[in-house]
Amino acid sequence: MGVVGRIVRITGPLVVADNMRGIQMYEMVEVGSDRLIGEVTRIQGDKAFIQVYESTSGLRPGEPVYGTGYPLSVELGPGLLTQIYDGIQRPLSKIIEASKSVFVKRGIKVHPLPRDKKWVFKPNTELKPGDKVSGGDVLGIVPETSLIEHKIMVPPNLHGTLVELAPEGEYTIEEPIAVVEAGGKKIEIKMYQRWPARKPRPFKVKLEPTEPLITGMRILDTLFPMAKGGTGAIPGGFGTGKTVTLHSLAQWSAARVVIYIGCGERGNEMTEVLLRFPKYEDPWTGKPLMERTILIANTSNMPVAAREASIYVGVTMAEYYRDMGYDVLLVADSTSRWAEALREIAGRLEEMPAEEGYPSYLASRLAEFYERAGRAITIGRPERVGSVTLVGAVSPPGGDFTEPVTSHTKRFIRVFWALDTALAYSRHYPAINWILSYSAYSDLVAYWWHEHVDPQWKEYRDEAMRILYREDELKEIVKLVGPESLSEHDKLVLEAARIIKEGFLKQNAFDPIDAFTPPEKQFKLLKMMLDFYHEARRLVDRGVPVRSIRSHVDREITELIKAKFTVPNDQLEKLDEIYERLISKLHELRGVSG
Amino acid sequence: MTETQYWLGVREYETIREVKGPLLIVEGVSGVSYDEIVEVELASGEKRRGRVLDVGAGIAVVQVFEGTTGITRVGTKVRFLGRPLEIPVSEDMLGRVFNGLGEPIDGGPPIVAEEKRDVNGEPLNPAARDYPEDFIQTGVSAIDGMNTLVRGQKLPLFSGSGLPHNMLAAQIARQATVPGEEAEFAVVFAAIGIKYDDALFFKKFFEETGAINKVAMFVNLADEPAMIRLVTPRVALTLAEYLAYERDMHVLVILTDMTNYCEALREISAAREEVPGRQGYPGYMYSDLATIYERAGRVKGKKGSITQMPILTMPNDDITHPIPDLTGYITEGQVVLDRGLYNRGIYPPINVLMSLSRLMKEGIGPGKTREDHAGVSNQLYAAYSRAQELRSLATIVGEESLSETDRKYLRYAEAFEKRFLSQGFYENRDIDTTLDIGWEVLSILPESELTNIKDEHIKKYHPKYKRGGTG
Repeated sequence: MGVVGRIVRITGPLVVADNMRGIQMYEMVEVGSDRLIGEVTRIQGDKAFIQVYESTSGLRPGEPVYGTGYPLSVELGPGLLTQIYDGIQRPLSKIIEASKSVFVKRGIKVHPLPRDKKWVFKPNTELKPGDKVSGGDVLGIVPETSLIEHKIMVPPNLHGTLVELAPEGEYTIEEPIAVVEAGGKKIEIKMYQRWPARKPRPFKVKLEPTEPLITGMRILDTLFPMAKGGTGAIPGGFGTGKTVTLHSLAQWSAARVVIYIGCGERGNEMTEVLLRFPKYEDPWTGKPLMERTILIANTSNMPVAAREASIYVGVTMAEYYRDMGYDVLLVADSTSRWAEALREIAGRLEEMPAEEGYPSYLASRLAEFYERAGRAITIGRPERVGSVTLVGAVSPPGGDFTEPVTSHTKRFIRVFWALDTALAYSRHYPAINWILSYSAYSDLVAYWWHEHVDPQWKEYRDEAMRILYREDELKEIVKLVGPESLSEHDKLVLEAARIIKEGFLKQNAFDPIDAFTPPEKQFKLLKMMLDFYHEARRLVDRGVPVRSIRSHVDREITELIKAKFTVPNDQLEKLDEIYERLISKLHELRGVSG
Repeated sequence: MTETQYWLGVREYETIREVKGPLLIVEGVSGVSYDEIVEVELASGEKRRGRVLDVGAGIAVVQVFEGTTGITRVGTKVRFLGRPLEIPVSEDMLGRVFNGLGEPIDGGPPIVAEEKRDVNGEPLNPAARDYPEDFIQTGVSAIDGMNTLVRGQKLPLFSGSGLPHNMLAAQIARQATVPGEEAEFAVVFAAIGIKYDDALFFKKFFEETGAINKVAMFVNLADEPAMIRLVTPRVALTLAEYLAYERDMHVLVILTDMTNYCEALREISAAREEVPGRQGYPGYMYSDLATIYERAGRVKGKKGSITQMPILTMPNDDITHPIPDLTGYITEGQVVLDRGLYNRGIYPPINVLMSLSRLMKEGIGPGKTREDHAGVSNQLYAAYSRAQELRSLATIVGEESLSETDRKYLRYAEAFEKRFLSQGFYENRDIDTTLDIGWEVLSILPESELTNIKDEHIKKYHPKYKRGGTG
């Protein structure tokens, strides 16, 4: 029997209850006669301070509060994929059925995972009764979707002797599929387990993130690569294209499982994913994207406390699929709204504020979150390697990157994709500023590129960066004295930078060809542009003015710039033709000298 | 208190402990619920309304909408009505004028409620939403061509004091249609703390255009109590939700001016001595604004829709001010008005580079507008942005030292502003006209500069080939 207290105060999402002796910190409670879900965030004497995950409108002092005895937990098992959950893992489609309303009603109780659905379970034939098993060992598999084989694992922290393993057949998640004897007790294992959302799941050892997470976005993969198991932030003011970039990541990246958290963002954005992903194909397998995706939607108008929880619910699911040996990408849009939820709760608790009203523990909470990323050897047998890649959007007020959430986040991430208002205003998308952005993984992933694509990758990538940096300096000079005062070599740098920006960095997320560029095409495009630059530089050495070069091969350069969306991704030989035409036209200028 | 009142959950107290700004602190209360509505009766018999903001053991904090002027600690009765703030809703409310709390002020008969609804609404289940993708033709080129509005979108006007945002909103309200459909928009108009003449402008405009019968106006004027402003947009949206989801109507909601709403929010937050966020606005302003703006959209299985056009004046024309900033993070884009363009006599003075419609891509293209729409729009943007850079360069080094191509960009920018952007208050351009004007101004540039447009579209729509092709 859990603790039963009563409400003494209600202010916004915060409820204070007394007679709560025996309640645990972070215990889940049910509040009021509607049994709204909440979580204990502070204990003071017999009083408990509770953040409530549903609207508190209409609650009265004196109403009861029931302890549940366990912390906020996530149900993990087959049926997670293709779902859309709210911030505390209630399936939103089930809420519609239960409430018979298009609005999210209060006090609705629905199971996160379907209880009646039968799954085909195939036992691990290498196991037999009498074997020792421990946390993470694979007991069997369930084809969860056509893309993902769900591994049914012994829950972490359980060690014992296998007594019984169910034969192949159809089971619901409530039917036991194994019995393990541990500490003299027989424990039934079902196909699902519960895990506290705020507690990282164990792993054997973390590995260096050396493999790139290919996203098909040229500026990301080539200039600022993400690694499997890495951490990244994507800050930007409104209208800079955070959401489009995150959707592209979720859509195209080479992760096996994608968890998309809409944390305090727009309802229509979640709807867009919900409607689009079942129709779109995973570029890596050709199957509907939704079959590798879990959505968590706690939109901006939904209760603020559940927004705080949604991040932990999502990352726990990510770790669970990592434990199966998958590469998981978790996208959180936006961590700023999560931080604001922290601020609001902290304000109601009357805690001493630090910068801009945020609580002093903002930085440590961000650190805890991003530390749950990583590529790891998982616990259990057979040995598996999985990864959790975390990418968080940041929405800095007024686009100011010095504000607390952005500046603290920068301390805990390795890839920074800075979105730029000026680029967005000129419709240069993705509006990622190449001067402010960085990736600490570009050296680590170079081996992969050299082995799989071309041994010159790093060389070309670094040269492209040098041209872009140089252009940035030259632009300052041009602003002061005009372009004519530049040397011909510098004018050529400007032209090379223009081609790289127009033909490589700009990418249309909605064009069927341009939206996704495979690594081979990325490298080839960049190589063509830089090789053209090298050839042209030889002409400039001989005294040919840049203006003549530009007017002579104007049409061919335009063709090169458009190659990103005119040349299909499976006909890369056409790029060579474009390049041949450009270079042979260029060589006509060899005889000319200015 | 009568027995009936008791059974309805009404409890009455005369135990005000403190009066502070718009707040009353009432002690010795019991059974009071959070967010409950309150009636305050002054010694003079005057009745005001309020809402419970905080409730603890025996103590309730009440926010009085009409302000606390004249309230005495002794002799004032506070009645807790046992329910949240509700308004009656009915289709007959179209054509009528109400105050900020939803009570008729046009001298007409009281509203016979088809239903009573809590003004706070409830969050729409994201899984029940349908994605907005029906193109709305506003007849304004800068919007239709480059920042397309779709049915169920929330697209605010970011303006500045003295700029013609009211004219533009009125023009859109009059001209908005979905091509190929008969049904017109019903308009729900909420005036939040605006000046009398601004309210009058809209009323007269709706009357003159004959639109008044499909307009419901909720008016809270600048000299009326500020606390009501926190309720007015919610009252308006409650009616809009009823019309859209129960009466299958397409509703356009205009909320003006949201800056006044935010000022009222800051006032109440300061009175409650809360820890402030940026510039004294409460830390929860984002979430609070979201509970207004997110009440737009389309719902699966319902015919109607709510399209929102909030208007806000940016303090000192500063788009990074918390009010436009937080709004922009919630809404699906923004249309930004520009003082520089306005001063040069351009109407509507829309700064297209700063404007954006996030839902544009789904609302345009073959079968909706035209196949070349996306390419033309991207090209207009890219070229205008390049031209703006060249303009500032030309002021330093002189136009002569620019290349021939660069000078064409300058000519393009002029034509873009004069031909494409500028149009009359009564000029209603269909989408074909808008895109054709777009091509006309783009044709000033060399064809090789049109890198954002597919070659087949250039061949089909570029004036050079069009003329050549058709003779």
